[in-house]
Amino acid sequence: MNHLPQAWGRPRDDVYGAYSNSFLQTSGPTTHTQSPIVTGTSVIAVKFKDGVVIAADNLASYGSLARFTDVKRLRKFNTRAVVGFGGDVSDMQYLDRLLSSLDIRENYAEESPDAQLHAKNLHTYLSKVMYKRRSDFNPLWNHLLVAGLDGENKPFLASADLLGTTFSSPTLATGFGAHLAQPILRRTVPDEATVASVTKEQAVELVKESMKVLFYRDARSMDKYSIAVITKEGVELKENEKLENQSWAFAEGIRGYGTQVN
Amino acid sequence: MFRNNYDNDSVTFSPQGRIFQVEYASEAVKQGSVVVGIVSKTHAVLAAIKRNAEELSSYQKKIIPIDSHYGVALAGLASDARVLSNFMKQQSLASRLTYDRAIPLAEITLRIADRAQSNTQNYGKRPYGVGLLIAGVDARGPHLFEFQPSGVTQEMQACGIGARSQMARTYLERNLEEFEGASREELVKHALRALKESLAQDKELTIENTSVGLCGVDENFKLYEHAEVQEWLETTFENREAPAEEEGMEVDSDS
Repeated sequence: MNHLPQAWGRPRDDVYGAYSNSFLQTSGPTTHTQSPIVTGTSVIAVKFKDGVVIAADNLASYGSLARFTDVKRLRKFNTRAVVGFGGDVSDMQYLDRLLSSLDIRENYAEESPDAQLHAKNLHTYLSKVMYKRRSDFNPLWNHLLVAGLDGENKPFLASADLLGTTFSSPTLATGFGAHLAQPILRRTVPDEATVASVTKEQAVELVKESMKVLFYRDARSMDKYSIAVITKEGVELKENEKLENQSWAFAEGIRGYGTQVN
Repeated sequence: MFRNNYDNDSVTFSPQGRIFQVEYASEAVKQGSVVVGIVSKTHAVLAAIKRNAEELSSYQKKIIPIDSHYGVALAGLASDARVLSNFMKQQSLASRLTYDRAIPLAEITLRIADRAQSNTQNYGKRPYGVGLLIAGVDARGPHLFEFQPSGVTQEMQACGIGARSQMARTYLERNLEEFEGASREELVKHALRALKESLAQDKELTIENTSVGLCGVDENFKLYEHAEVQEWLETTFENREAPAEEEGMEVDSDS
C-alpha cells in the first residue's frame, strides 16, 4: 500500500501504470482575451467627391445591456485621418493609446503636415498590428474603418478586422451595419465611379439616414452618435449628435412588437 | 616618447574634453576619395570619384542606392558603409511594409546617427570610420544630409567630404546661389565641376572613375556609371585636353 497522501484515491501504479498528470494541468493557453466583453456596434462610412463621412453611435454594450452611453468610437488621428472602432471597447482603448504614441513619435521627426502619415499609411500600419495580434493567438477584437485622405489628398476608406483582413470600398460598414446599412449606402454609391458625383451634403444625409435605420433595427445601438467629415480642410468631428425625425409608426405593423400577440 | 593615454577607447574623455577615437574616425573619412552632393528645388545629386587599389583591380563602389527614393555616397571605410547601408535598406523596407510609405530622409538619417552615437559611448565599441552623404526625395521634397562618424548629422544644400574635399566645398560655396533653381543637367554639371576641383594634378575624371547618383521629384534614384556618365563628362568639360586614355575614348577628340 502506498502511504503517500497524493496517491490516495488514484488508480494504483502497479496495476494501471504511471498516472498521467496531463489531465490535471491547470495552466493552458489564455482564452479570456479571445472573446469581447464590452462592445461597440456598427461603424459606417461613405466616400464622396472631396472626402469621407464616417459615423458610429456612442454606446458601449455589456452583452445585451446598454452599459455605457457616452463612449466616443471615432478617433481623429491627424488632419487627414479618422479611425472608427467596432468591437471590444478595451481593445479600442489600447489601440487609442498605441495611436497616441505613434502620433507623438511622428511629430518629433516631421513637423510639416503634408509629410505626416495619411489615412493609407495609417490603415497599412493598423492592419499589420491586427494581423500580428491574431498570429499571436491574442487578437484585438475590433473591426476598424480608416477614413481620410491618401497621399494625393484623394478620399480614402478601408477596413481592417481582428484577423488582419483588409478591405476597401466606396462604402463600408462593420458589424450589424454590414448587413443593414451597407445595402442602403450602396444604393447611392454603388461603385468607385459614382463617388465623384456625390456631394458632402448628400453623403452626410445618407449616413444619418443609415444611422437611423440601424437604431431602428439593431438592438445594440442607440440614438446618440458621432459623425466626422474628413476633407482637405481638415476633420470636422461632432461627438454628440442625436438622431432626428424618428418615427416608430412602422413598428405597429411588426409581428411580435409590443402587446400584440399574433 | 610622448604617448597619448586617452585614445585607447571611445568612452574616455581627454582632460581637454576630447574623445580621440572619434577624432581618429573622422580622419578615416578624410582618407577616402572625395564625394559631393547638391540639392536643387527638384533634384538631388551625388557625384564621386572611385579609386582602384591597383591597375588590375576593379574600382571601389562609392555610391549605394538604398531605396527607390534615395541613395548614399561614402567616404572612408567601405566595409563600415556596407554595414550602415544594409541597416538603412532594412529600415527603408520596414517603413514600406508597415506604413506603405517611403521613409522620410530626416528619419533614416536620425536612425543611423543614433547608431553611430551609441558606438561612441559604449565600452568595447568603435566608431564607424565612414562619412556619408544621403541624398534623395521624400514627401517634403529633395534633401541632402551629411553624416559623420561622431553621430553628427546636418541637412545641407551642398556638401563635399573625403580627401581634398576643401577645394570642392570652395567651389560649392562660390556657386551656392545657382543651385536652388538649377535644372537636372546643370546640377550634375556643378557636381562634376566641384569633384574636379578636388582632383590631384595628374588625375582626370573618366568614365571609369566617375559615379553619379541622381534622384528627382517623380524620378527614382539611379546610379549612373561608365557609358552613362560619358555625355555628362563631355558636356561639362568641353575644353579640357584629351586624356591619355586607351580603348576608344573619343571623349574629347578636340574642341
